[in-house]
Amino acid sequence: MMWKWLHPYANPEVSYHFAGKLLPWCTRLAFIFLSVGMVWALLFAPADYQQGDTFRIFYLHVPAAMLSMGIYLGMAIAALSSLVWQLKLADASAAAMAPIGATFTFIALVTGAAWGKPMWGTWWIWDARLTSELILLFLYLGVIALHNAFEDKSLAGKAAGILALVGVINLPIIKYSVEWWNTLHQGATVGKLGQPSMSADMFWPFLVCFIGFSFFVTALICLRFRSEVLTRNSMRPWVRTLVANEENKHAI
Amino acid sequence: MTPVSYRAAFSLIVKRDLMIAFRHRDDIINPLLFFIIVVTLFPLGIGPESSTLSRIAPGIIWVAALLATLLSLDRLFKSDHLDGSLEQMLLSPQPIFILVLAKIVAHWLLTGLPLILIAPLLAVLLHLHESSYGALMFTLLLGTPILSLLGAIGVALTVGIKKGGVLLSLLVLPLYIPVLIFATSAIDSAAMNLPYNGQLAIIAAIFFASLTLAPFAVSAALKVSTN
Amino acid sequence: MQFDSVSAFLDMGGYGFYVWLSYGVSFAALALLVTSSIAGHKKAKQQIAQRQKREAKLRQAAEQQNAHAHDNPNREH
Repeated sequence: MMWKWLHPYANPEVSYHFAGKLLPWCTRLAFIFLSVGMVWALLFAPADYQQGDTFRIFYLHVPAAMLSMGIYLGMAIAALSSLVWQLKLADASAAAMAPIGATFTFIALVTGAAWGKPMWGTWWIWDARLTSELILLFLYLGVIALHNAFEDKSLAGKAAGILALVGVINLPIIKYSVEWWNTLHQGATVGKLGQPSMSADMFWPFLVCFIGFSFFVTALICLRFRSEVLTRNSMRPWVRTLVANEENKHAI
Repeated sequence: MTPVSYRAAFSLIVKRDLMIAFRHRDDIINPLLFFIIVVTLFPLGIGPESSTLSRIAPGIIWVAALLATLLSLDRLFKSDHLDGSLEQMLLSPQPIFILVLAKIVAHWLLTGLPLILIAPLLAVLLHLHESSYGALMFTLLLGTPILSLLGAIGVALTVGIKKGGVLLSLLVLPLYIPVLIFATSAIDSAAMNLPYNGQLAIIAAIFFASLTLAPFAVSAALKVSTN
Repeated sequence: MQFDSVSAFLDMGGYGFYVWLSYGVSFAALALLVTSSIAGHKKAKQQIAQRQKREAKLRQAAEQQNAHAHDNPNREH
Protein backbone atom coordinates (compact mmCIF):
# COMPACT_ATOMS: atom_id res chain seq x y z
CA MET A 1 0.00 0.00 0.00
CA MET A 2 2.76 2.32 1.01
CA TRP A 3 4.63 1.31 -2.12
CA LYS A 4 1.77 2.32 -4.38
CA TRP A 5 1.76 5.72 -2.79
CA LEU A 6 5.53 6.01 -2.99
CA HIS A 7 5.84 4.65 -6.46
CA PRO A 8 5.48 7.90 -8.46
CA TYR A 9 8.21 9.48 -6.35
CA ALA A 10 10.69 6.86 -7.52
CA ASN A 11 10.48 8.61 -10.88
CA PRO A 12 13.16 11.29 -10.97
CA GLU A 13 11.07 13.75 -12.96
CA VAL A 14 8.13 13.57 -10.55
CA SER A 15 10.31 13.89 -7.48
CA TYR A 16 12.28 16.73 -9.06
CA HIS A 17 9.08 18.71 -9.49
CA PHE A 18 7.78 17.65 -6.09
CA ALA A 19 10.95 18.95 -4.45
CA GLY A 20 10.56 22.11 -6.50
CA LYS A 21 7.04 22.61 -5.13
CA LEU A 22 8.13 21.91 -1.58
CA LEU A 23 11.09 24.27 -1.75
CA PRO A 24 9.37 27.70 -1.70
CA TRP A 25 6.99 26.66 1.10
CA CYS A 26 9.79 25.36 3.27
CA THR A 27 11.80 28.49 2.59
CA ARG A 28 8.92 30.72 3.64
CA LEU A 29 8.14 28.72 6.77
CA ALA A 30 11.83 28.60 7.67
CA PHE A 31 12.09 32.35 7.24
CA ILE A 32 9.03 33.02 9.42
CA PHE A 33 9.93 30.58 12.18
CA LEU A 34 13.59 31.55 12.24
CA SER A 35 12.96 35.29 12.37
CA VAL A 36 10.39 34.89 15.14
CA GLY A 37 12.60 32.41 16.96
CA MET A 38 15.76 34.50 16.72
CA VAL A 39 14.06 37.71 17.89
CA TRP A 40 12.44 35.79 20.72
CA ALA A 41 15.71 34.10 21.69
CA LEU A 42 17.80 37.25 21.54
CA LEU A 43 15.38 39.87 22.88
CA PHE A 44 12.55 38.34 24.87
CA ALA A 45 13.73 35.06 26.34
CA PRO A 46 14.84 35.51 29.95
CA ALA A 47 18.50 35.21 30.86
CA ASP A 48 19.43 32.10 32.79
CA TYR A 49 19.94 32.82 36.48
CA GLN A 50 23.30 31.02 36.48
CA GLN A 51 24.65 31.42 32.99
CA GLY A 52 23.24 34.86 32.27
CA ASP A 53 22.93 35.92 28.67
CA THR A 54 25.31 33.24 27.38
CA PHE A 55 22.26 31.03 27.59
CA ARG A 56 21.12 32.65 24.34
CA ILE A 57 23.75 30.54 22.56
CA PHE A 58 21.69 27.52 23.65
CA TYR A 59 19.03 28.44 21.06
CA LEU A 60 21.60 27.87 18.32
CA HIS A 61 23.74 25.15 19.86
CA VAL A 62 21.11 22.60 20.79
CA PRO A 63 19.04 22.72 17.57
CA ALA A 64 22.27 22.51 15.53
CA ALA A 65 23.52 19.54 17.56
CA MET A 66 20.16 17.76 17.33
CA LEU A 67 19.93 18.35 13.59
CA SER A 68 23.51 17.25 13.00
CA MET A 69 22.69 13.85 14.50
CA GLY A 70 19.27 13.73 12.84
CA ILE A 71 20.66 14.48 9.39
CA TYR A 72 23.25 11.73 9.76
CA LEU A 73 20.48 9.32 10.67
CA GLY A 74 18.45 10.49 7.70
CA MET A 75 21.43 10.03 5.43
CA ALA A 76 21.94 6.49 6.69
CA ILE A 77 18.25 5.66 6.19
CA ALA A 78 18.44 7.01 2.65
CA ALA A 79 21.62 5.00 2.04
CA LEU A 80 19.96 1.85 3.38
CA SER A 81 16.93 2.26 1.14
CA SER A 82 19.18 2.86 -1.83
CA LEU A 83 21.20 -0.29 -1.12
CA VAL A 84 18.31 -2.56 -0.20
CA TRP A 85 15.56 -1.39 -2.56
CA GLN A 86 17.86 0.01 -5.26
CA LEU A 87 16.20 3.41 -5.04
CA LYS A 88 18.54 5.64 -7.02
CA LEU A 89 16.85 8.76 -5.74
CA ALA A 90 17.61 7.81 -2.16
CA ASP A 91 21.25 8.01 -3.16
CA ALA A 92 20.74 11.52 -4.45
CA SER A 93 19.04 12.63 -1.25
CA ALA A 94 21.83 11.13 0.87
CA ALA A 95 24.38 13.03 -1.19
CA ALA A 96 22.29 16.18 -0.72
CA MET A 97 22.26 15.80 3.05
CA ALA A 98 25.98 15.33 3.79
CA PRO A 99 27.22 18.93 3.38
CA ILE A 100 24.21 20.28 5.27
CA GLY A 101 24.83 17.94 8.17
CA ALA A 102 28.52 18.84 8.21
CA THR A 103 27.65 22.55 8.39
CA PHE A 104 25.31 22.02 11.33
CA THR A 105 27.95 19.91 13.10
CA PHE A 106 30.42 22.74 12.56
CA ILE A 107 27.92 25.24 14.00
CA ALA A 108 27.31 23.02 17.02
CA LEU A 109 31.06 22.87 17.63
CA VAL A 110 31.68 26.61 17.26
CA THR A 111 28.72 27.60 19.42
CA GLY A 112 29.74 24.97 21.96
CA ALA A 113 33.22 26.46 22.15
CA ALA A 114 31.89 30.02 22.38
CA TRP A 115 29.54 28.92 25.16
CA GLY A 116 32.32 27.03 26.90
CA LYS A 117 34.75 29.95 27.03
CA PRO A 118 32.77 32.11 29.51
CA MET A 119 31.42 29.06 31.38
CA TRP A 120 34.59 26.97 31.70
CA GLY A 121 37.22 29.61 31.00
CA THR A 122 38.53 27.70 28.00
CA TRP A 123 37.47 27.41 24.38
CA TRP A 124 37.74 23.67 24.15
CA ILE A 125 37.10 21.05 26.71
CA TRP A 126 36.99 17.32 26.14
CA ASP A 127 33.38 17.22 27.17
CA ALA A 128 31.56 14.09 26.04
CA ARG A 129 29.07 15.92 23.89
CA LEU A 130 31.59 18.20 22.19
CA THR A 131 33.95 15.29 21.56
CA SER A 132 31.32 13.12 19.95
CA GLU A 133 30.21 16.13 17.91
CA LEU A 134 33.82 16.48 16.69
CA ILE A 135 33.95 12.82 15.72
CA LEU A 136 30.62 13.23 13.94
CA LEU A 137 32.21 16.04 11.93
CA PHE A 138 35.02 13.67 10.92
CA LEU A 139 32.45 11.08 9.84
CA TYR A 140 30.64 13.68 7.74
CA LEU A 141 33.89 14.88 6.18
CA GLY A 142 34.77 11.27 5.31
CA VAL A 143 31.44 10.79 3.55
CA ILE A 144 31.84 14.08 1.63
CA ALA A 145 35.46 13.34 0.68
CA LEU A 146 34.57 9.85 -0.52
CA HIS A 147 31.67 11.26 -2.51
CA ASN A 148 33.95 13.80 -4.17
CA ALA A 149 36.66 11.23 -4.94
CA PHE A 150 34.50 9.34 -7.45
CA GLU A 151 33.99 10.70 -10.93
CA ASP A 152 30.82 8.70 -11.52
CA LYS A 153 28.16 10.19 -9.26
CA SER A 154 26.00 7.10 -8.97
CA LEU A 155 29.03 5.07 -7.86
CA ALA A 156 29.97 7.89 -5.51
CA GLY A 157 26.50 7.77 -3.99
CA LYS A 158 26.70 4.03 -3.40
CA ALA A 159 30.19 4.17 -1.85
CA ALA A 160 29.29 7.12 0.39
CA GLY A 161 26.10 5.30 1.34
CA ILE A 162 28.01 2.24 2.55
CA LEU A 163 30.29 4.49 4.58
CA ALA A 164 27.30 6.33 6.07
CA LEU A 165 25.75 3.00 7.10
CA VAL A 166 28.99 1.81 8.70
CA GLY A 167 29.19 5.16 10.45
CA VAL A 168 25.65 5.02 11.77
CA ILE A 169 26.29 1.60 13.29
CA ASN A 170 29.45 2.98 14.86
CA LEU A 171 27.93 6.24 16.04
CA PRO A 172 26.16 4.85 19.13
CA ILE A 173 29.30 2.89 20.06
CA ILE A 174 31.44 5.99 19.64
CA LYS A 175 28.99 8.09 21.63
CA TYR A 176 28.84 5.52 24.40
CA SER A 177 32.61 5.07 24.49
CA VAL A 178 33.24 8.81 24.57
CA GLU A 179 30.74 9.31 27.39
CA TRP A 180 32.29 6.45 29.30
CA TRP A 181 35.80 7.82 28.66
CA ASN A 182 34.62 11.20 29.88
CA THR A 183 33.26 9.92 33.17
CA LEU A 184 36.50 7.98 33.64
CA HIS A 185 38.56 11.16 33.38
CA GLN A 186 36.24 13.25 35.50
CA GLY A 187 39.06 15.54 36.58
CA ALA A 188 39.08 17.17 33.17
CA THR A 189 35.44 18.17 33.35
CA VAL A 190 34.78 21.48 35.02
CA GLY A 191 31.07 21.52 34.54
CA LYS A 192 28.59 20.13 32.14
CA LEU A 193 27.15 22.06 29.24
CA GLY A 194 23.83 21.07 30.59
CA GLN A 195 20.32 22.10 30.09
CA PRO A 196 19.55 23.68 33.40
CA SER A 197 15.94 22.95 34.20
CA MET A 198 14.35 24.74 31.31
CA SER A 199 11.40 26.95 32.12
CA ALA A 200 8.51 27.38 29.70
CA ASP A 201 9.62 30.83 28.57
CA MET A 202 12.91 29.26 27.51
CA PHE A 203 11.36 26.16 25.99
CA TRP A 204 9.02 27.90 23.53
CA PRO A 205 11.63 30.05 21.77
CA PHE A 206 13.83 26.96 21.61
CA LEU A 207 11.02 24.98 19.96
CA VAL A 208 10.34 27.76 17.46
CA CYS A 209 14.04 27.95 16.57
CA PHE A 210 14.24 24.20 16.23
CA ILE A 211 11.22 24.08 13.91
CA GLY A 212 12.65 26.97 11.91
CA PHE A 213 15.99 25.23 11.47
CA SER A 214 14.22 22.00 10.50
CA PHE A 215 12.29 23.77 7.73
CA PHE A 216 15.52 25.44 6.67
CA VAL A 217 17.22 22.05 6.42
CA THR A 218 14.30 20.60 4.46
CA ALA A 219 14.44 23.50 2.00
CA LEU A 220 18.18 23.04 1.53
CA ILE A 221 17.79 19.29 1.05
CA CYS A 222 15.15 19.97 -1.63
CA LEU A 223 17.45 22.40 -3.42
CA ARG A 224 20.52 20.16 -3.33
CA PHE A 225 18.42 17.09 -4.16
CA ARG A 226 17.22 18.87 -7.32
CA SER A 227 20.81 19.55 -8.44
CA GLU A 228 21.79 15.94 -7.72
CA VAL A 229 18.84 14.62 -9.74
CA LEU A 230 19.72 16.93 -12.64
CA THR A 231 23.39 15.89 -12.81
CA ARG A 232 22.52 12.20 -12.50
CA ASN A 233 19.89 12.33 -15.26
CA SER A 234 21.62 14.83 -17.50
CA MET A 235 21.15 12.67 -20.61
CA ARG A 236 17.42 12.09 -20.10
CA PRO A 237 15.04 13.86 -22.49
CA TRP A 238 13.03 15.51 -19.70
CA VAL A 239 16.13 17.15 -18.26
CA ARG A 240 17.21 18.32 -21.69
CA THR A 241 13.88 19.94 -22.48
CA LEU A 242 13.70 21.43 -18.98
CA VAL A 243 17.13 23.02 -19.28
CA ALA A 244 16.53 24.14 -22.85
CA ASN A 245 13.25 25.81 -21.83
CA GLU A 246 14.94 27.68 -19.00
CA GLU A 247 17.74 28.77 -21.33
CA ASN A 248 15.17 30.19 -23.74
CA LYS A 249 13.43 32.03 -20.94
CA HIS A 250 16.72 33.67 -19.97
CA ALA A 251 17.48 34.52 -23.59
CA ILE A 252 14.19 36.38 -23.93
CA MET B 1 36.07 -30.13 -12.03
CA THR B 2 34.83 -30.63 -8.54
CA PRO B 3 33.50 -27.56 -6.76
CA VAL B 4 35.82 -26.15 -4.10
CA SER B 5 34.44 -26.34 -0.59
CA TYR B 6 34.13 -23.16 1.46
CA ARG B 7 36.88 -24.20 3.81
CA ALA B 8 39.22 -25.09 0.95
CA ALA B 9 38.57 -21.74 -0.73
CA PHE B 10 39.19 -19.92 2.52
CA SER B 11 42.51 -21.63 3.22
CA LEU B 12 43.52 -21.31 -0.42
CA ILE B 13 43.21 -17.54 -0.31
CA VAL B 14 44.90 -17.24 3.07
CA LYS B 15 47.82 -19.34 1.82
CA ARG B 16 48.04 -17.41 -1.42
CA ASP B 17 48.12 -14.04 0.36
CA LEU B 18 50.73 -15.25 2.82
CA MET B 19 52.87 -16.58 0.02
CA ILE B 20 52.70 -13.32 -1.92
CA ALA B 21 53.56 -11.40 1.22
CA PHE B 22 56.57 -13.54 1.99
CA ARG B 23 57.87 -12.84 -1.50
CA HIS B 24 57.70 -9.09 -0.78
CA ARG B 25 58.96 -9.06 2.76
CA ASP B 26 59.19 -5.25 2.84
CA ASP B 27 55.42 -5.08 3.00
CA ILE B 28 55.47 -6.92 6.32
CA ILE B 29 58.54 -5.28 7.78
CA ASN B 30 57.86 -1.64 6.88
CA PRO B 31 54.71 -1.17 9.00
CA LEU B 32 56.56 -2.81 11.89
CA LEU B 33 59.51 -0.46 11.52
CA PHE B 34 57.06 2.43 11.35
CA PHE B 35 55.46 1.19 14.58
CA ILE B 36 58.81 1.04 16.34
CA ILE B 37 60.01 4.42 15.07
CA VAL B 38 56.81 6.24 16.00
CA VAL B 39 56.98 4.81 19.49
CA THR B 40 60.62 5.82 19.92
CA LEU B 41 59.84 9.36 18.80
CA PHE B 42 57.60 10.01 21.80
CA PRO B 43 60.26 9.77 24.54
CA LEU B 44 62.45 12.01 22.39
CA GLY B 45 59.67 14.55 22.06
CA ILE B 46 58.31 14.40 25.59
CA GLY B 47 61.38 13.62 27.66
CA PRO B 48 62.72 10.44 29.18
CA GLU B 49 61.08 10.82 32.59
CA SER B 50 59.82 7.33 33.36
CA SER B 51 56.71 8.34 35.32
CA THR B 52 55.41 10.43 32.41
CA LEU B 53 56.26 7.73 29.91
CA SER B 54 54.56 4.96 31.84
CA ARG B 55 51.51 7.21 32.21
CA ILE B 56 51.16 7.72 28.44
CA ALA B 57 52.57 4.37 27.24
CA PRO B 58 49.21 2.63 26.58
CA GLY B 59 47.97 5.52 24.46
CA ILE B 60 51.20 5.76 22.48
CA ILE B 61 51.41 2.06 21.76
CA TRP B 62 47.79 1.91 20.70
CA VAL B 63 47.88 5.04 18.53
CA ALA B 64 51.07 3.77 16.88
CA ALA B 65 49.39 0.41 16.29
CA LEU B 66 46.41 2.17 14.65
CA LEU B 67 48.71 4.14 12.35
CA ALA B 68 50.85 1.11 11.48
CA THR B 69 47.73 -0.90 10.60
CA LEU B 70 46.50 2.01 8.50
CA LEU B 71 49.79 2.06 6.63
CA SER B 72 49.58 -1.64 5.86
CA LEU B 73 45.92 -1.65 4.80
CA ASP B 74 46.67 -0.51 1.29
CA ARG B 75 48.03 -3.86 0.17
CA LEU B 76 44.86 -5.68 1.30
CA PHE B 77 43.12 -5.22 -2.07
CA LYS B 78 45.27 -2.82 -4.09
CA SER B 79 47.59 -5.19 -5.97
CA ASP B 80 44.78 -7.68 -6.54
CA HIS B 81 42.69 -4.86 -7.94
CA LEU B 82 45.49 -3.70 -10.23
CA ASP B 83 46.22 -7.12 -11.75
CA GLY B 84 42.54 -8.01 -12.05
CA SER B 85 42.55 -11.00 -9.71
CA LEU B 86 40.12 -9.21 -7.39
CA GLU B 87 37.45 -9.22 -10.07
CA GLN B 88 38.15 -12.88 -10.75
CA MET B 89 37.59 -13.58 -7.08
CA LEU B 90 34.33 -11.66 -7.04
CA LEU B 91 33.16 -13.71 -10.03
CA SER B 92 34.00 -17.06 -8.42
CA PRO B 93 31.11 -19.26 -7.22
CA GLN B 94 32.13 -19.02 -3.54
CA PRO B 95 30.30 -16.42 -1.47
CA ILE B 96 32.26 -13.17 -1.34
CA PHE B 97 31.88 -13.18 2.44
CA ILE B 98 34.33 -16.10 2.71
CA LEU B 99 36.84 -14.65 0.26
CA VAL B 100 36.82 -11.30 2.02
CA LEU B 101 37.15 -12.91 5.43
CA ALA B 102 40.11 -14.96 4.20
CA LYS B 103 41.87 -11.86 2.91
CA ILE B 104 41.27 -10.06 6.21
CA VAL B 105 42.58 -13.02 8.20
CA ALA B 106 45.70 -13.08 6.04
CA HIS B 107 46.14 -9.35 6.59
CA TRP B 108 45.85 -9.77 10.34
CA LEU B 109 48.39 -12.60 10.33
CA LEU B 110 50.79 -10.36 8.45
CA THR B 111 50.37 -7.13 10.43
CA GLY B 112 48.35 -7.63 13.60
CA LEU B 113 50.29 -10.64 14.80
CA PRO B 114 53.78 -9.09 14.36
CA LEU B 115 52.53 -5.96 16.13
CA ILE B 116 51.39 -8.06 19.08
CA LEU B 117 54.72 -9.88 19.19
CA ILE B 118 56.77 -6.71 19.17
CA ALA B 119 54.55 -4.68 21.51
CA PRO B 120 56.06 -6.00 24.82
CA LEU B 121 59.47 -4.81 23.66
CA LEU B 122 58.14 -1.33 23.05
CA ALA B 123 56.30 -1.45 26.36
CA VAL B 124 59.69 -1.97 28.01
CA LEU B 125 61.07 1.07 26.19
CA LEU B 126 58.15 3.15 27.47
CA HIS B 127 58.35 1.87 31.07
CA LEU B 128 54.85 0.45 30.95
CA HIS B 129 53.59 -0.55 34.38
CA GLU B 130 54.53 -4.16 35.07
CA SER B 131 51.01 -5.28 35.90
CA SER B 132 49.74 -3.92 32.54
CA TYR B 133 51.55 -6.34 30.24
CA GLY B 134 48.77 -8.90 30.34
CA ALA B 135 46.18 -6.27 29.57
CA LEU B 136 48.29 -4.89 26.73
CA MET B 137 48.56 -8.32 25.12
CA PHE B 138 44.88 -9.17 25.59
CA THR B 139 43.67 -5.85 24.18
CA LEU B 140 46.02 -6.13 21.20
CA LEU B 141 44.95 -9.71 20.62
CA LEU B 142 41.27 -8.76 20.56
CA GLY B 143 41.71 -5.27 19.14
CA THR B 144 44.01 -5.68 16.13
CA PRO B 145 41.55 -7.99 14.29
CA ILE B 146 38.98 -5.19 14.67
CA LEU B 147 41.44 -2.80 13.07
CA SER B 148 41.89 -5.17 10.11
CA LEU B 149 38.14 -5.74 9.78
CA LEU B 150 37.11 -2.08 9.90
CA GLY B 151 40.09 -1.04 7.82
CA ALA B 152 39.07 -3.49 5.11
CA ILE B 153 35.83 -1.54 4.66
CA GLY B 154 37.78 1.64 4.06
CA VAL B 155 40.18 -0.03 1.62
CA ALA B 156 37.34 -1.67 -0.27
CA LEU B 157 35.69 1.74 -0.68
CA THR B 158 38.84 3.49 -1.88
CA VAL B 159 40.48 0.74 -3.92
CA GLY B 160 39.22 2.14 -7.21
CA ILE B 161 40.39 5.68 -6.45
CA LYS B 162 43.83 6.76 -7.62
CA LYS B 163 44.84 8.79 -4.60
CA GLY B 164 43.06 6.77 -1.97
CA GLY B 165 45.78 6.81 0.69
CA VAL B 166 44.96 10.02 2.54
CA LEU B 167 41.26 9.52 2.06
CA LEU B 168 41.55 6.07 3.66
CA SER B 169 42.85 7.53 6.92
CA LEU B 170 40.00 10.04 7.00
CA LEU B 171 37.46 7.23 6.54
CA VAL B 172 38.93 4.66 8.88
CA LEU B 173 40.46 6.48 11.85
CA PRO B 174 37.16 7.80 13.31
CA LEU B 175 35.86 4.22 13.30
CA TYR B 176 38.85 3.11 15.39
CA ILE B 177 38.09 5.50 18.26
CA PRO B 178 36.00 3.13 20.45
CA VAL B 179 38.69 0.41 20.27
CA LEU B 180 41.33 2.96 21.24
CA ILE B 181 39.30 4.23 24.20
CA PHE B 182 38.45 0.83 25.67
CA ALA B 183 41.86 -0.71 25.04
CA THR B 184 43.84 2.10 26.66
CA SER B 185 41.48 2.24 29.59
CA ALA B 186 41.83 -1.51 30.13
CA ILE B 187 45.61 -1.10 30.26
CA ASP B 188 45.25 1.86 32.62
CA SER B 189 42.99 -0.15 34.93
CA ALA B 190 45.50 -2.97 34.95
CA ALA B 191 48.23 -0.53 35.93
CA MET B 192 46.17 0.39 38.99
CA ASN B 193 45.59 -3.31 39.75
CA LEU B 194 41.89 -2.91 39.00
CA PRO B 195 39.90 -5.53 37.08
CA TYR B 196 39.69 -4.85 33.36
CA ASN B 197 37.31 -7.63 32.35
CA GLY B 198 34.61 -5.12 31.52
CA GLN B 199 36.68 -3.28 28.93
CA LEU B 200 37.89 -6.58 27.46
CA ALA B 201 34.32 -7.80 27.21
CA ILE B 202 33.32 -4.67 25.31
CA ILE B 203 36.29 -5.02 22.94
CA ALA B 204 35.31 -8.66 22.41
CA ALA B 205 31.75 -7.58 21.65
CA ILE B 206 33.00 -5.04 19.12
CA PHE B 207 35.22 -7.77 17.65
CA PHE B 208 32.37 -10.21 17.15
CA ALA B 209 30.05 -7.53 15.81
CA SER B 210 32.63 -6.38 13.27
CA LEU B 211 33.50 -9.98 12.42
CA THR B 212 29.91 -10.66 11.41
CA LEU B 213 29.06 -7.31 9.83
CA ALA B 214 32.27 -6.00 8.26
CA PRO B 215 32.65 -8.70 5.56
CA PHE B 216 29.19 -7.77 4.25
CA ALA B 217 30.11 -4.11 4.09
CA VAL B 218 33.42 -5.01 2.44
CA SER B 219 31.78 -7.13 -0.23
CA ALA B 220 29.19 -4.42 -0.96
CA ALA B 221 31.98 -1.86 -1.19
CA LEU B 222 34.07 -4.08 -3.48
CA LYS B 223 31.11 -4.48 -5.81
CA VAL B 224 30.86 -0.69 -6.05
CA SER B 225 34.61 -0.20 -6.47
CA THR B 226 35.15 -2.79 -9.17
CA ASN B 227 32.16 -1.60 -11.13
CA MET C 1 11.85 42.81 26.23
CA GLN C 2 14.85 41.86 28.33
CA PHE C 3 17.07 44.81 27.46
CA ASP C 4 16.67 48.51 28.24
CA SER C 5 18.86 49.93 25.49
CA VAL C 6 20.60 48.97 22.31
CA SER C 7 23.97 49.05 24.02
CA ALA C 8 22.73 46.69 26.73
CA PHE C 9 21.43 44.40 24.01
CA LEU C 10 24.81 44.42 22.27
CA ASP C 11 26.63 43.91 25.54
CA MET C 12 24.55 40.82 26.50
CA GLY C 13 25.34 41.21 30.16
CA GLY C 14 29.06 41.23 29.51
CA TYR C 15 29.00 38.17 27.28
CA GLY C 16 28.39 40.08 24.06
CA PHE C 17 31.50 38.83 22.30
CA TYR C 18 30.64 35.15 22.80
CA VAL C 19 26.96 35.48 21.97
CA TRP C 20 27.55 37.54 18.85
CA LEU C 21 30.45 35.33 17.80
CA SER C 22 28.19 32.28 17.93
CA TYR C 23 25.37 33.94 16.06
CA GLY C 24 27.75 35.53 13.54
CA VAL C 25 29.67 32.35 12.72
CA SER C 26 26.48 30.28 12.57
CA PHE C 27 24.70 32.57 10.17
CA ALA C 28 27.83 33.07 8.08
CA ALA C 29 28.17 29.29 7.76
CA LEU C 30 24.50 28.92 6.86
CA ALA C 31 24.73 31.76 4.32
CA LEU C 32 27.76 30.08 2.76
CA LEU C 33 25.85 26.80 2.57
CA VAL C 34 22.85 28.49 0.94
CA THR C 35 24.91 30.39 -1.65
CA SER C 36 26.99 27.33 -2.49
CA SER C 37 23.84 25.23 -2.88
CA ILE C 38 22.24 27.81 -5.20
CA ALA C 39 25.47 28.18 -7.17
CA GLY C 40 25.75 24.40 -7.45
CA HIS C 41 22.20 24.19 -8.80
CA LYS C 42 22.90 26.89 -11.40
CA LYS C 43 26.19 25.23 -12.35
CA ALA C 44 24.48 21.87 -12.86
CA LYS C 45 21.99 23.46 -15.24
CA GLN C 46 24.70 25.41 -17.04
CA GLN C 47 26.77 22.30 -17.62
CA ILE C 48 23.82 20.46 -19.11
CA ALA C 49 23.00 23.43 -21.34
CA GLN C 50 26.60 23.73 -22.50
CA ARG C 51 26.78 20.10 -23.41
CA GLN C 52 23.56 20.43 -25.39
CA LYS C 53 24.99 23.37 -27.31
CA ARG C 54 28.17 21.47 -28.04
CA GLU C 55 26.19 18.47 -29.26
CA ALA C 56 24.02 20.67 -31.45
CA LYS C 57 27.13 22.25 -32.97
CA LEU C 58 28.68 18.85 -33.65
CA ARG C 59 25.46 17.66 -35.24
CA GLN C 60 25.33 20.76 -37.44
CA ALA C 61 28.91 20.28 -38.54
CA ALA C 62 28.27 16.66 -39.36
CA GLU C 63 25.21 17.59 -41.39
CA GLN C 64 27.14 20.23 -43.29
CA GLN C 65 29.85 17.76 -44.09
CA ASN C 66 27.30 15.26 -45.29
CA ALA C 67 25.64 17.87 -47.46
CA HIS C 68 29.02 18.82 -48.88
CA ALA C 69 29.82 15.23 -49.72
CA HIS C 70 26.46 14.89 -51.50
CA ASP C 71 26.95 18.11 -53.49
CA ASN C 72 30.06 17.02 -55.33
CA PRO C 73 30.47 13.29 -54.99
CA ASN C 74 32.99 13.12 -57.83
CA ARG C 75 35.42 15.70 -56.48
CA GLU C 76 37.88 13.05 -55.40
CA HIS C 77 38.26 11.70 -58.89
